[in-house]
Amino acid sequence: MAKAELMNYEKALEQFEVVIGLEVHVELNTKTKMFCGCKNEFGNEPNTNVCPICIALPGALPAVNKTAVESSIKIGLALGCDIQPTGRFARKNYFYPDLAKNFQTSQYDEPIAFNGSLEVEVPSGDVHNVLIERAHMEEDAGKLTHIGGATGRIQGAEYSLVDYNRAGVPLVEIVTKPIFGAGAEAPELAAAYVRSIREIVKALGVSDARMERGNVRCDANVSLRLHGAEKLGTRTETKNVNSLRSIERAVRYEIQRQAHILANGGTITQETRHWHEDKGSTSAGRPKSDADDYRYFPEPDLVPVQPSKELIESLRASLPEKPADRRKRLAGEWNFSELEFRDVVNADLLDQIEETVAAGAKPQAARKWWMGELARIANEAEEGTELNVTPAQVAELAKLIEDGKINDRLAREVLGYVLAGEGSPAEIVTARGLEVVSDDGALIAAIEAALANSPDVIPAIKEGRMQAAGQVIGAVMKAMAGSADAARVRELLIEIANK
Amino acid sequence: MSEITPDLVRHLAGLARILVSEEEVEQFTKQLGLIADSVATVGKAIDADTPATSHPIPMANVFREDVVEPSLSQAEALSGAPDSYDGRFKVNAILDEE
Amino acid sequence: MSELIRKSASELAELLRNKEVSSVEVTKAHLERSDTVDGAVHSYLYQSPEAALIAAAEIDRQRAAGDSMHALAGVPIAVKDNLATTDAPTTAGSKILEGWVPPYDATVVKKLRAAGMPILGKTNLDEFAMGSSTEFSAYGPSRNPWDLERIPGGSGGGSSSVVASFQAPLAIGSDTGGSIRFPAAVTGTVGTKPTYGAVSRYGVIALASSLDQVGPVARNVLDTALLQDVIAGHDKHDSTSLPESLGSMADAARKLDVKGMRIGVIKQLTGEGFQKGVSARFQESLNLLQAAGAEIVEVSCPSFEYAIAAYYLILPAEASSNLAKYDSVRFGLRVEPGENATIERVMAATREAGFGPEVKRRIILGTYALSSGSYDKFYGAALKVRTLIQRDFAEAFSKADVLVSPTAPTTAFKFGDKVDDPLAMYLNDIATIPANLAGIPGMSLPNGLAEEDGLPVGIQLLAPAREDARLYQVGGFLEQAHEQVWGKRMIDFAPELEVR
Repeated sequence: MAKAELMNYEKALEQFEVVIGLEVHVELNTKTKMFCGCKNEFGNEPNTNVCPICIALPGALPAVNKTAVESSIKIGLALGCDIQPTGRFARKNYFYPDLAKNFQTSQYDEPIAFNGSLEVEVPSGDVHNVLIERAHMEEDAGKLTHIGGATGRIQGAEYSLVDYNRAGVPLVEIVTKPIFGAGAEAPELAAAYVRSIREIVKALGVSDARMERGNVRCDANVSLRLHGAEKLGTRTETKNVNSLRSIERAVRYEIQRQAHILANGGTITQETRHWHEDKGSTSAGRPKSDADDYRYFPEPDLVPVQPSKELIESLRASLPEKPADRRKRLAGEWNFSELEFRDVVNADLLDQIEETVAAGAKPQAARKWWMGELARIANEAEEGTELNVTPAQVAELAKLIEDGKINDRLAREVLGYVLAGEGSPAEIVTARGLEVVSDDGALIAAIEAALANSPDVIPAIKEGRMQAAGQVIGAVMKAMAGSADAARVRELLIEIANK
Repeated sequence: MSEITPDLVRHLAGLARILVSEEEVEQFTKQLGLIADSVATVGKAIDADTPATSHPIPMANVFREDVVEPSLSQAEALSGAPDSYDGRFKVNAILDEE
Repeated sequence: MSELIRKSASELAELLRNKEVSSVEVTKAHLERSDTVDGAVHSYLYQSPEAALIAAAEIDRQRAAGDSMHALAGVPIAVKDNLATTDAPTTAGSKILEGWVPPYDATVVKKLRAAGMPILGKTNLDEFAMGSSTEFSAYGPSRNPWDLERIPGGSGGGSSSVVASFQAPLAIGSDTGGSIRFPAAVTGTVGTKPTYGAVSRYGVIALASSLDQVGPVARNVLDTALLQDVIAGHDKHDSTSLPESLGSMADAARKLDVKGMRIGVIKQLTGEGFQKGVSARFQESLNLLQAAGAEIVEVSCPSFEYAIAAYYLILPAEASSNLAKYDSVRFGLRVEPGENATIERVMAATREAGFGPEVKRRIILGTYALSSGSYDKFYGAALKVRTLIQRDFAEAFSKADVLVSPTAPTTAFKFGDKVDDPLAMYLNDIATIPANLAGIPGMSLPNGLAEEDGLPVGIQLLAPAREDARLYQVGGFLEQAHEQVWGKRMIDFAPELEVR
């Protein structure tokens, strides 16, 4: 497939106005599926969390998960939405092997929540008020595996296998109104918006919100129009954007791709596109048409959902702190600089640092380890690998340093062993004997041995030329394989020198 | 009006995933044309203000507690499958991407 | 022994209770009857003699041990083949489900088993319950025991013929537009479509979800009532299931009193469209009711003019969606149209081969009724007509406690008469369809014979939603009044079946 030509990004923005729209699917963490009592659980043997309802055997009927409805209402309230006073489910009819009934039970013109908004801050510091069109309840499809083609792709596959464990898992689809005025920051805004949604649903406790697990999925709609034009341009919808980084890259790519076509007199095909992380590009999928005839009609097997005012108010009262408010509070408590704080947010490490502080670490220490060594290790690892370390362990590490039991260099070594699964930092220090040597006797012996090789150092120190001390300290550290407390070595050295 | 044409019948059969022969297209066009004309009369009975009734007996808020219920075993789930492999339903290759 | 098959279910229940006969004997008698006549009648798609006898033996053992027994325990029953049964194939009369054995039982089937009623087999139906004659069954039609050249009604012709030919005292049917009531009318038996939601639809192969109901089929009103009492009740697996119980239908059937009741005659369901004998018997029954102290009033339901049109929009639309699951993937037929066919082509070829012409017609019509640009004109409009029909019924029920009409315009027609004319076939349901659209309960019971052809005629009773008991009260009375006039039961007029 030939790679598409792209217009330079800045040029594209000069010529065109960017409009984006985001559809985010949130997988709820209910115990059971949306319409049946099968477990909502990841990682089991195929087709073991299924029943007549979710594999659509003849005669089966759906029954609505109460918790899923409450979770959906909570999401709507957290997004400032109105809650639908009476709403019916609807059937969205289309054929696909991962859709057992060949229709999806969803909501059409009566979504559970509608007309909300969310303030989203982009890296530059600007705050956009993203308008939410609706949030509605629906169910997930099963999982298809394609066998026989290249790298598990559909093209060239000989056959496909279907696992319905995921079929029927509750989803909430959140749809924004078209977002105007993002300009050059449209890609960042898209990623920041999805990040905010993640924070919200995580804070609500209604989803595990792990993008790498597919708990939060984003489809990005992008269209361009000439500055000042009234009509919206033709949009494409890019699917398969599995991380915040991909969202940013995909939006940026589509802007450049569409700009090139339009600037050369072409037209944009309204279609679904797929993002390819490895290639950094999108490719055309099915032609998308709003006339995809889904033949929606009210689901006759389910009765309307009419949340009472009491229920809505009690759910509203149970809402946790808004992410924006939480951030303000944490920024104040931790006393980071504005830039430091924003970096933490952009690196998606807010939760980790909060938990590490909660486990007893000082905020700056937590930030140092997560943004420093751990970030470095994560970057070097394969995208999507989870680091095998908990906030509590990081806090323990920081405390060991604070207590003087280990120094920074040893801490890095200990961290490596923690990641390798050897245990907690304290256990490792003990097991591997990595404590900083604080036995003065041993240190003095090492200092004297080093001095024996560098006889000029003591006279130099006596004369106040402290740089000379560094040579001895370095030698001692080397001799003790880094497990000496450098500050203590320096103190002892000076004492010896001044004897 | 309810213009049922052979092309429309082919299009609808495609949407409904039913292969139809040319004979059937002809036959259905005729029969469905008659039926469609007669059912189109419903338009006469109603006006813009008439509310629609999608559920015959008014009920609301029927829910199930979020409690796990027994699932089918993998064998039961696959028991009717025309073809399966490795615990999953096996189907021929799919034509286009989602 | 052969006399056992002539007994009513309640009579059998009493013999069983008094241990004058065993369930095994009763079940055997009916199985032998089937051996004799079902070759000719073809009520059954599948018989399960071994399973039935095992169940019967177990009931006998429990009774002998002094366990407490359900009222109908030990009375055998046949079940329409659109209810899921784990021990018998469930085909819905279609090739696309040939040989499919469900891994679960329908709720109603569970209730029958819990009541200790041996299941004799699965009865024939028009494919996916779409039809009025069983001529659209993919496995051949059932025949009317009154005249084997005539239809037994549909879609539940198997259930009606199985009780009319004394192969079972009771049967389970389903009714979406008259599929219990029309067969009852043309076979001289009783059938009720309960209030929508009174009986669980879980495990019933869906045709039109907002119209389908499961109901009892029997040879007399009390038996029908007893059976409705077994199968009715809230089911948490069916979200449209009524939360409350509707009370005992058997108690209502035993009242035998209609004094002071207002009986509403629906103007739009009388007159020229109805066969002479049908109308004559109808008028005679009105006289009987009046003589017993009921008040006859005329009511008008003008929206009924559009009922068939609305029905033939709502049903195909919902059916087109309900039948999408028959796609060769998880169960049922799979047809491979050549090597390396894509799944889309396999689906299309499977559905082409597995669905009969009436099913295909309705799926395509239903797809049309829902399609973009057509929804408001068709399906959307039909939902509005439904509102009008409910309003007409509400108005009528303000003037009458029960409404009556002939169940069908004609007696049983001959095979082939209407099978090539869909519109003519649809008109059979003109009197029965409104009740499904509105969700109200309706019963058909025998109303005598038409003199022009000597064939059974039915009278339909309708009651407001949740007032099923009124049907049994009026029906029970009318049945007794008829028997007093005729000197015997309706079913005793039936000719002896030719034994092949």
